[in-house]
Amino acid sequence: MVTKPESKFTRRGVLKTLAAGTGAIAATSALPGLSGFAQAQSSAPIKLGFQVHRTGIGAAYGRWYNRTTEAAVKRINDMGGINGRPVEIVAEDDGTDPKRGAEVLEKFATQHECDIAFGTLFSHVVYGSAPRAGELKLPYFVVSEGHHVASGKLNRYTLQPGITDVKSQVQAMAPFVANNLGKKVTMIFPDFAFGHDHRDFFTAAIEAQGGEVVEAIAIPPTETSFTKYFPRIPRETEVIYHVMVGPAVLTFVKELGEFFGPSSPEIFGFIDSLEAVDIKSPGLEFLEGTYFWEGNPRNAQADQSSHDKAYRAAVGVDDNGASLEDAQDVSTYSHMFGCWETLNVIKRGMETANYQGPADRAKLIEAVEAMSDMPLSDDHPQGAKRFNGKTHQTFGHQYISKVTDGKLVVEHTTSIEDGLYEDEVDYTTQSF
Amino acid sequence: MSNTQRSNLLHLGTITLLAVAFFILPTYHVGNLSRIMVLAVYAIGYNFLFGYTGLLSLGHALFFAAGMYGLGLSMELFDLTTAPALVVGLASALVISAVIGFLALRTSGVSFMIVTLMFAQAGYLTILYFGTYTRGDEGFVIQQADRVLFGVDLSSDTGRYFAALALFSVCFLAVAHLVQSPFGRTLVAIRENEERARMLGYDTVTHKLKAVIISGTISGLAGAAYALLFGYAGATFATVQYSIFPLLWVLLGGAGTTIGPLIGVIFMFYLIDLSSSITSAYMLIAGVVLVLLTLFAPQGLAGELRKRVFKWMP
Amino acid sequence: MDFGPHLLLASLEGAVTAAILALTAMGLSIVFGVMRVVNVAHGEFYMLGAVIAWWVTSLIGGHPAIGFVMALGIAPLVVGLLAAAADKLILQKINYDPDRTIVATIGLLYIIQQTTLMTFGPDARPVQPPFNTRLALPWFEYGEGGFAMFWPWGLSITSYKLFVIVAAVAILTTLWLLITRSKIGLIMRATQLDSETALAFGVPVDRVYMWVFGLGAGLAAVGAVLVVPIQQAHYLMGHDPLLLAFITVIIGGLGSLPGTIIAAILIGMSDGIISVFFSPTLAKIIATLLVAMVLVFRPQGLLGRSA
Repeated sequence: MVTKPESKFTRRGVLKTLAAGTGAIAATSALPGLSGFAQAQSSAPIKLGFQVHRTGIGAAYGRWYNRTTEAAVKRINDMGGINGRPVEIVAEDDGTDPKRGAEVLEKFATQHECDIAFGTLFSHVVYGSAPRAGELKLPYFVVSEGHHVASGKLNRYTLQPGITDVKSQVQAMAPFVANNLGKKVTMIFPDFAFGHDHRDFFTAAIEAQGGEVVEAIAIPPTETSFTKYFPRIPRETEVIYHVMVGPAVLTFVKELGEFFGPSSPEIFGFIDSLEAVDIKSPGLEFLEGTYFWEGNPRNAQADQSSHDKAYRAAVGVDDNGASLEDAQDVSTYSHMFGCWETLNVIKRGMETANYQGPADRAKLIEAVEAMSDMPLSDDHPQGAKRFNGKTHQTFGHQYISKVTDGKLVVEHTTSIEDGLYEDEVDYTTQSF
Repeated sequence: MSNTQRSNLLHLGTITLLAVAFFILPTYHVGNLSRIMVLAVYAIGYNFLFGYTGLLSLGHALFFAAGMYGLGLSMELFDLTTAPALVVGLASALVISAVIGFLALRTSGVSFMIVTLMFAQAGYLTILYFGTYTRGDEGFVIQQADRVLFGVDLSSDTGRYFAALALFSVCFLAVAHLVQSPFGRTLVAIRENEERARMLGYDTVTHKLKAVIISGTISGLAGAAYALLFGYAGATFATVQYSIFPLLWVLLGGAGTTIGPLIGVIFMFYLIDLSSSITSAYMLIAGVVLVLLTLFAPQGLAGELRKRVFKWMP
Repeated sequence: MDFGPHLLLASLEGAVTAAILALTAMGLSIVFGVMRVVNVAHGEFYMLGAVIAWWVTSLIGGHPAIGFVMALGIAPLVVGLLAAAADKLILQKINYDPDRTIVATIGLLYIIQQTTLMTFGPDARPVQPPFNTRLALPWFEYGEGGFAMFWPWGLSITSYKLFVIVAAVAILTTLWLLITRSKIGLIMRATQLDSETALAFGVPVDRVYMWVFGLGAGLAAVGAVLVVPIQQAHYLMGHDPLLLAFITVIIGGLGSLPGTIIAAILIGMSDGIISVFFSPTLAKIIATLLVAMVLVFRPQGLLGRSA
């Protein structure tokens, strides 16, 4: 990217600088607060390219990622923008497709001239897009919970500062499962890389707790009926560990309940299996008393923090995790907070780096890499985080909720330490 | 000017135009064009079978993926360098298209369509099943440092563009030449009337098998190139959707024309790209355009041009 | 679970799959047989059926059975009319040219899918079944104490799933009678055999095509209404039924309705039964390859006449 330094000797340049200067002085001294953007050297907006799953398999998530992002950007702009400049979202649909994802990144970098790109959820889109982000030298902040960033497979321009990764989540669950639910676990997961991560990381983690995975059932992703696979669950199973994604999740959970009838083992699921689905849907009554991992508690808890309250209101989500306008429209509460928090990290990074334009992209990444602890706050309503600058991955608290009277009630909150693991990469050694 | 001269002029002119485009178009469109040229190679491969031989396959994603994974996995798992990996990619597409061709050619018409579709579906599931190596749907990244061929950095804008152009030119000219050769003319005869071609003494089965292999290998080459130039291999490319794309491109551009595949890809790419900046319902626009095209330009864009204006077009 | 009960359960699940598949594939088969065109939008008509069922049931309160019965009447009708309109406005204009029909119906697929996404949204929405009791199933075994009956863990089906099988059989029988015994059926068969001669005998071929296209889509919608209390309405749900229905029609033999039924049973049941012996994804791969091999060795399909 080439930035054109303005020559001091042209008439227009001088006039422009003068005008901007006087304007800034006037605004900051005479009208503080009225025009928060005025002290900036340039008042051109900072453009954030938002890669959003509007269509395709991720559309249910994409819609909520969009709402959260809009709310977060509104808040940032209300507080004066970034470095005195307003923030503008340039959203492009990636169709939840890795090929289109990469094309969209190119569009951000070379056509819209965005400062950064952010927002991707589905791992395959991240994988497809990240190489282009590296080549285009476009900072790419993903909100995906995949282990891709921390595994070292991507590059220095790709970061995940707003949401924890699956390895950390799964590892933090194992002690609770082993100590409270049972030691013999049957896992049911999609035959996707995402499911394999669950299988591999959880198997290791439960073995460390003295438990074992007695059966791992990988379901083909095109499947729409599941009962025929359940007989593979061994009789000795003490806990079912399920995680599913995609539109068939409700069928899956319902059929699981119908299969067991009254004599079911303990059931522990990742809320992914029911993200954007009302837990009171017909056929899900059997979930009462079962446990879920939640990235962020969907139901407002008794000890709800003021931060969650403010965040919930800003995005437009009620106490049951559904849209304020439509109680049937359940959010993806365990994931979408990542957009909110990532945007606040970007803001802080840009402020620390005194980001002015694309020439400062490397400085921005260094500034984010230098971050570490982020306390629970309005910027981080899900909870405190600890960012690892070397692996570009954040770590945080996880929630385990029990379904009680049709609501998800938090039983246990894991510590940040529960989810830590050894670094697998040091991106800071890579050149820009 | 003879028709052959005109055709040559058209082909060389297209390539020159694409080369010049690199210098005059904005960065964004240069990036798009490099994608388009690789996808056009895929479409050229598809057109060879569909447009010239008259066989409608719904399983070409398998060949595309064979090239992509042949190259990608040999680099990822066995640390091959680019050139030998490219050969592996090409070879896997060749072998797989030979096997599929051998089996599927026992059928014809819609059965051929469904058999190829099912083999491709089985191939897609196989990629998922061996997720330990392929990383399934998520796929894997081919690191920037590894994407160098004969000293050319394929991850740079220039390197990528001219690599894509070189690949496109070779396939474009080769197929244009092939369809004018006696072999190509026999394929067209099979397309028009297989029974008659057989009566004239042509071994139609061998001809069709050769066509499947050539078509599949070109498609695989496109897959390998796509992985190499854009640094990613994933199972999405093996889904049915990616078998339907080349059919659409070819039908839109003009089946059985040399230039049609390129035109179809350009048209489809920019249709989605431009309409997506107007509305999020861009697939709706794409759908409407497809319907309108079938109503008003049934031969595809290049096909209509040939029918109405340039009767000499190859 | 022991082998016996496992096999029984998988067979029951396979029978449910087969029942739905027979309905959707039958719609495609009729269109295929009579009109000789590939309708790629067939899966989207199925999806529309499910979405309309959700819409109807959520508008009508009261007992879920009321909404369900209403949906069973309204959804196929609306979908059938839409399809007939599409036929008149598009397919008739392009003269049912095979290639162009494929592109036009792909276009139609995108239009329907996208319109649904914009109006209905991206979420999967459930429809409550009219009744749904879990029925535990017994198993008999010859052991030391002689013949004994017991209730294996997990061996069960729901009353609704049994109903789906029965309903599919009933609907298909009605359809069979319609085609073989009624005048409408006679006209359809005449058009299928030789549309030009039929035209000469005063059969309004264009109109027959239009209603056959509508009937095919309507059948897909019936299948969807039956399935939606088990699965959910979602704007992408038409994809897999389309592929499966296609495969079924071709395996059965083009234009052969009994062949379609046999193929549906074969494919549905093998999908269930093979899953007993292999890990899930491997079972899918094997089932897919097996079905493909049927065609390789019998290109005209099970009951198709050889070309």
